[in-house]
Amino acid sequence: MSSPVLEVRALTKHFPVRRTLLGGPARLVKAVDGIDLAIGAGETLGLIGESGCGKTTTSKLILRQETPTSGTIRFEGRDIASLKGADLMAYRRAVQVVFQDPFSSLSPRMRVGDIIAEPLEIHTDLPHAAIEERVGRVLELVGLAPDVAPLFPHEFSGGQRQRIAIARALATDTRLIVLDEPVSALDVSVRAQIINQLEALQKKLGVSYLFIGHDLATVAHISHRIAVMYLGKIVETAQSDALCARPMHPYTQALFAAALPSHPDDRAPDKPITGEVPSALSLPSGCRFHPRCPSAMPVCSQTEPALRRREGGGEVACHLYP
Amino acid sequence: MARDAVLQVAGLQTHFFTFGGTRVVRAVDGVDFTLREGETLGLVGESGSGKTTTCLSIVGLLPRAARIVGGAVVFEGEDLTRKSQRELRRIRGRRIAVILQDPMASLNPLFTIFRQVAEPAFFHQRLRGRSLRERVQSLLRAVRIPSPEWRMREYPHQMSGGMRQRIVGAIALAGGPRLVIADEPTTNLDVTIQAQYLDLLKDIQRDTGVALIFVTHNLGIVAKMCDRVAVMYAGKIVEQAAVRELFDAPKHPYTRALLGSMPKLGSKEPLYSIRGQPPNLANLPPGCSFHPRCPDVMPRCMTEEPRDFRPGDGSVARCWLLGDVLARP
Repeated sequence: MSSPVLEVRALTKHFPVRRTLLGGPARLVKAVDGIDLAIGAGETLGLIGESGCGKTTTSKLILRQETPTSGTIRFEGRDIASLKGADLMAYRRAVQVVFQDPFSSLSPRMRVGDIIAEPLEIHTDLPHAAIEERVGRVLELVGLAPDVAPLFPHEFSGGQRQRIAIARALATDTRLIVLDEPVSALDVSVRAQIINQLEALQKKLGVSYLFIGHDLATVAHISHRIAVMYLGKIVETAQSDALCARPMHPYTQALFAAALPSHPDDRAPDKPITGEVPSALSLPSGCRFHPRCPSAMPVCSQTEPALRRREGGGEVACHLYP
Repeated sequence: MARDAVLQVAGLQTHFFTFGGTRVVRAVDGVDFTLREGETLGLVGESGSGKTTTCLSIVGLLPRAARIVGGAVVFEGEDLTRKSQRELRRIRGRRIAVILQDPMASLNPLFTIFRQVAEPAFFHQRLRGRSLRERVQSLLRAVRIPSPEWRMREYPHQMSGGMRQRIVGAIALAGGPRLVIADEPTTNLDVTIQAQYLDLLKDIQRDTGVALIFVTHNLGIVAKMCDRVAVMYAGKIVEQAAVRELFDAPKHPYTRALLGSMPKLGSKEPLYSIRGQPPNLANLPPGCSFHPRCPDVMPRCMTEEPRDFRPGDGSVARCWLLGDVLARP
């Protein structure tokens, strides 16, 4: 494989929680606790997990909205923590983000053209006419007519707004887009439009995606590879097909069991998991999943399993597969 | 013989009147369905298709601007559209219960769980003291809240999202309802918690025989939960069928498109995408409301509104395509 566009190594982010009134010990929320990721050029990595598992913190670390507690993030071979000045600006041009809710991520007081032109005005010295032309081009790329530029976001439906957000992300010379649940807020009939559009754009432009989501079917559909996160750790990664063919980690299996059927006759595999995600403030000992795991063994509550090569490619962190 | 009909909605029309009545939005425009004991009906549609307004019309909780202008909602033999709010209050929370999307918004943060779960039993069944406490505990046990005798003294903020939604479920069951309307009850829940909650609702239905209306935009939930499905588009039911029939042989192009746009686990086939956007109800296209987005549109669809066609397998669909099929020798 060619060298990855983005490479994350042993990334951790701990948030200190204030002491209690009685002066109890300061505690840490280990939101991201030592994860490795790599995204190749033109590749989509799906990051899946339930709320509180650290997906969004991971995306913030990659976008440099948060500073890691430890670990490194390399983009095209350079450590992003050390970037300053012009280099940091170049990084911000290359890595963009699309959020879940296109109703709150577009300013209601700016015209669509200005929303898309803003990154160009900040990052380039293109003359006005060139910016306008570029805005028209990216609008066409995402399937909107260039003459919508003078309109305001409220004049668009949810799906069209999400297209505008994607156009904004593509305005600069973007190589990686972090897609944080980009279709969960959209109507069903429009979701497929946006997913197909994202796939078409990737083919055309060779841009890489980090696709964050909680809906297994959607993430599996768009991603080449998938990383499953649970309480700040990656418990399993594999090619999307391999993961769907044979999920190995009991948590991944539980996600598949909980996935909704696509036909009334599809029977869910009978492996129910009980309980809810524990608080990240008091992590279980050993394997973080052991209190909910249907196949927990004595060793699981004592030793934390490390990621090991799994059958069919990829890695899994579970004592079941020594 | 079929079981008793719990609810019959016939020709229901609910319109919104704004700008002093000069603008009329036909949010629900001629909806018919029947729900039997122990049956689950899925009401599927996109935002603005009228599924929530249909539900609010049934329980008489419409916003001020909306009025039922036609049709009937017959529940246990009585037309609810003719009842006063006072009479409806005796039905809501007792014989019909509603579960809404966001459990944090439907629970009062200032009252204990006990007080909120006890309310229907207190008012409708006039339980007091120990029997009330026991009733609440058994309800909490029914929705699988661990150690209910402790948990009922707590407040909503001390519970997780999944637990809160189960508390709302306990409140819904408190009056011993014959019909529960669940409006996207799992949208805010994580997938594993969603699966647990849906299984719980199914178990409760098996035990109590309650009829369920499940409002959702997620066809996966329909496949898992429902016996019958009504697909809504722009205020009308465009197709209604038994759940297997709908998934195996969808009749309306909109239903077909919805099924095709659903990502299926393990399949990388390109998704079918429906062109265009959901319509604006204040300004509907003439003829069939779906015609500007329909892949099978015919000239007739642009001018003439299709009526209900019954192809004979128990399904009903509003589409001229079926008219053609039926007319053929």
